[in-house]
Amino acid sequence: MMKKSLAAALLVAGLAHAQTLPNLRVGLAEDPDVLDPTLARSFVGRLVFSALCDKLVDVDDKLAIVPQLAQSYEWSADSKALTMKIRPGVTFHDGEKLDAAAVKFNLDRHKTMPGSNRRGELGPVASIDVVDPMTVRLNLSAPFTPLLAILSDRAGMMVSPKAAQAAGDKFGLKPVCSGAFKFVERVAQDRITLERYDGYWNKAAINFAKVTYTPIPDATVRLANLKSGQLDFIERVASSDVEKLEIEKKFKVSRITEIGYQGITINIGKSDKAQQNPLGRDPRVREAFELALDRQGLAQVVMDNEAKIGNQWVAPSNAYYAKNMPLPKRDVEKARALLKAAGVPNPSFTLVAPTTSDAQRIALVIQAMTRDAGFDVKIQSAEFATSLNMADKGDFDAYVLAWSGRPDPDGNLYSFHGCKQPLNYAGYCSADTDKLLDQSRAERDPAKRKKLFEQIAAQILKERPVIYLYHRNWLWAYNPKLSGVREIPDGLLRISGLKLAP
Amino acid sequence: MFEFLLKRIASILPTLVVVSMLIFGLQQLLPGDPAKILAGEEQDPTVVAYLRAKLHLDEPLPVRYGYWIGGVLQGDLGESVRTQQPVLTLVLQKLPVTLELALLAMTIALLIGIPAGIVSAVGRGTAWDTAANVLALWGISTPNFWLGILMIMLFSVQLGWLPASGYVSPFEDLGANLAAMIMPAFVLGNAIAAVLMRHTRSAMLQVMSADYVRTARAKGLSERVVVLKHALRNALTPIITLGALELGTLLSGAVLTEQVFTIPGFGKLIVDAVFNRDYAVVQGVVLVTATTYIVLNLLADLAYFAANPRLRH
Repeated sequence: MMKKSLAAALLVAGLAHAQTLPNLRVGLAEDPDVLDPTLARSFVGRLVFSALCDKLVDVDDKLAIVPQLAQSYEWSADSKALTMKIRPGVTFHDGEKLDAAAVKFNLDRHKTMPGSNRRGELGPVASIDVVDPMTVRLNLSAPFTPLLAILSDRAGMMVSPKAAQAAGDKFGLKPVCSGAFKFVERVAQDRITLERYDGYWNKAAINFAKVTYTPIPDATVRLANLKSGQLDFIERVASSDVEKLEIEKKFKVSRITEIGYQGITINIGKSDKAQQNPLGRDPRVREAFELALDRQGLAQVVMDNEAKIGNQWVAPSNAYYAKNMPLPKRDVEKARALLKAAGVPNPSFTLVAPTTSDAQRIALVIQAMTRDAGFDVKIQSAEFATSLNMADKGDFDAYVLAWSGRPDPDGNLYSFHGCKQPLNYAGYCSADTDKLLDQSRAERDPAKRKKLFEQIAAQILKERPVIYLYHRNWLWAYNPKLSGVREIPDGLLRISGLKLAP
Repeated sequence: MFEFLLKRIASILPTLVVVSMLIFGLQQLLPGDPAKILAGEEQDPTVVAYLRAKLHLDEPLPVRYGYWIGGVLQGDLGESVRTQQPVLTLVLQKLPVTLELALLAMTIALLIGIPAGIVSAVGRGTAWDTAANVLALWGISTPNFWLGILMIMLFSVQLGWLPASGYVSPFEDLGANLAAMIMPAFVLGNAIAAVLMRHTRSAMLQVMSADYVRTARAKGLSERVVVLKHALRNALTPIITLGALELGTLLSGAVLTEQVFTIPGFGKLIVDAVFNRDYAVVQGVVLVTATTYIVLNLLADLAYFAANPRLRH
């Protein structure tokens, strides 16, 4: 009797707790694409997934791998097998158990589902073994160190096998995962509503009853919604609004250097066009072009200084930044001398810039800056879809292109600079670099890996298929009553540990 | 009259067939490979190939048209490749929102535009006329998005009277629905009111100098009856045409206003779909908009008969 009444009292207390929990209202800069981790393609979708779908591992604010659904992991001596112990007692939102078999189902789904965007990321995973009910082993065709970082993103997200089998390729309409919040509804371009999952393994860290994501593309309107109290948190605040927000002190601001970058891709071998232009033909012209740039000035004009300047695929603060290739300073005289030596004192080329305001400003500032050294830059504005098509066909001299970044440097490097890789718009191809890239994928010792990245940087930055400009700051603004905001460089808001004071 | 109506209705079908071909054909002129856009940042070649096969992009244009129109005839508008949602669901979600916005905007436009036009025509050259013209000039020359943002800053951020953006269904909460819709409806209505005012004014001025108006005055009718019953009724025909066209435009042309106020309507749906090369959504939405446009024009023809009895014979 006593037990029963105690249980009832606890239940009532629990319900009361759930009822008093506040809701969290988040303003997104875009409407996410399909909510299926296997098929998803957009950055903004990852913001929603971080509340909806837990991953095998996560990254912390230093980009170090930390456990999530996998409690621990171990590499085999030859780095060709990764064994993971699954956290006991975890269930999916439909009550199904998360075990080794479910993990195998998910990884197989990522690898085999038609249209899967994870297939390439998990390419080196040859097979998955269920060692025991709570242990899974990933067998690799070749050593592949970036795998853990890949499993900290969508490839490591686990969905309910039962729900996935029932829904087939329509799973994204009503996703069933194992994150802190379960899916309630989605009205395209209006809202995505999630509700606290009572069976969550770490529910003590969850302090909200519901989370609503509202896509508001215009940064001014997004901010107006925060100011009028309709939202608690907004992502991607316009850099021009940050200073005022900080002076007013009515809202808190977070700025996190992204793991991606902004750069200029140069056609050095993608098509015949590369040979028709001195910029693509002669490395000295590219060096002159880089020397004509004042990155800090660029960051100031384009980003209101809300960016860290850099010359590599990772920011200078990253542990894998190659210190042997430091940031070059602007040197117009040297640039002119190089152009003279190359026999083209006034090289002319076309810079393709997508029609986003950032890309347009970058193009204009670069045009003005490089004129001092003798360059004649013609700007060709193209809507993003068109510009991507041009890049893919090699129908460009230079192209303003940004990348959202991946936690492991390999994700910013391999696809862009490996021969014939899908994102290698520059057409750069070097057997030496390819060898080093493969070695960096196989090496697990961070110190040795760093050395390899230094060698890669020395090769690539000499050829300049991409001239890296800066790493943008993720800018968040939020209700000052919101505490526990973790600034993780992947730019994704973690709701676990967040709290809204009454 | 019935013969005319039957002819008008019969002309709808071939019009729609031509429209569907135009929608499908013109869309192919959009630069960029839709499979590449939809493949996202990674540009995985297997994903691109999969999407190309799924969208039948390697097949000839007429075959692709056949796939689409075959589905449409069975009531299947396809699905969004980006979000997997069926296009019909999206259309049914957005159409009521946009219709409500358009009707509210039109009501505001009519309430401001027609009285202002009448007052301006009747009191030609007076202070009333000047005031109405200034109002019209303001309405035509104020950009929607700018007025929208200013209204949000004033009524939502400063005064806190109205929500800054978003949409609530009227069946959920009518008060919240109107609070969310009043600003966007005013912004849209304001621009149309200006156009309506100018047209009402010129139509009224023309009619007011007609012989039958002079006759009506000579008969000793009050000015109110002369203006509202005799003059306005005849002046209404061009205004109805304009109103129907403006209403049609509102269905797909409210995009900037929808963007500023984050109203999940048709305009926003189609612009996002075009940028993402989500062909099925673009086709579905344009087809529905075109059909609505055609129906509105038919209704405008019917309205002529109601407004002008001479046309009935």
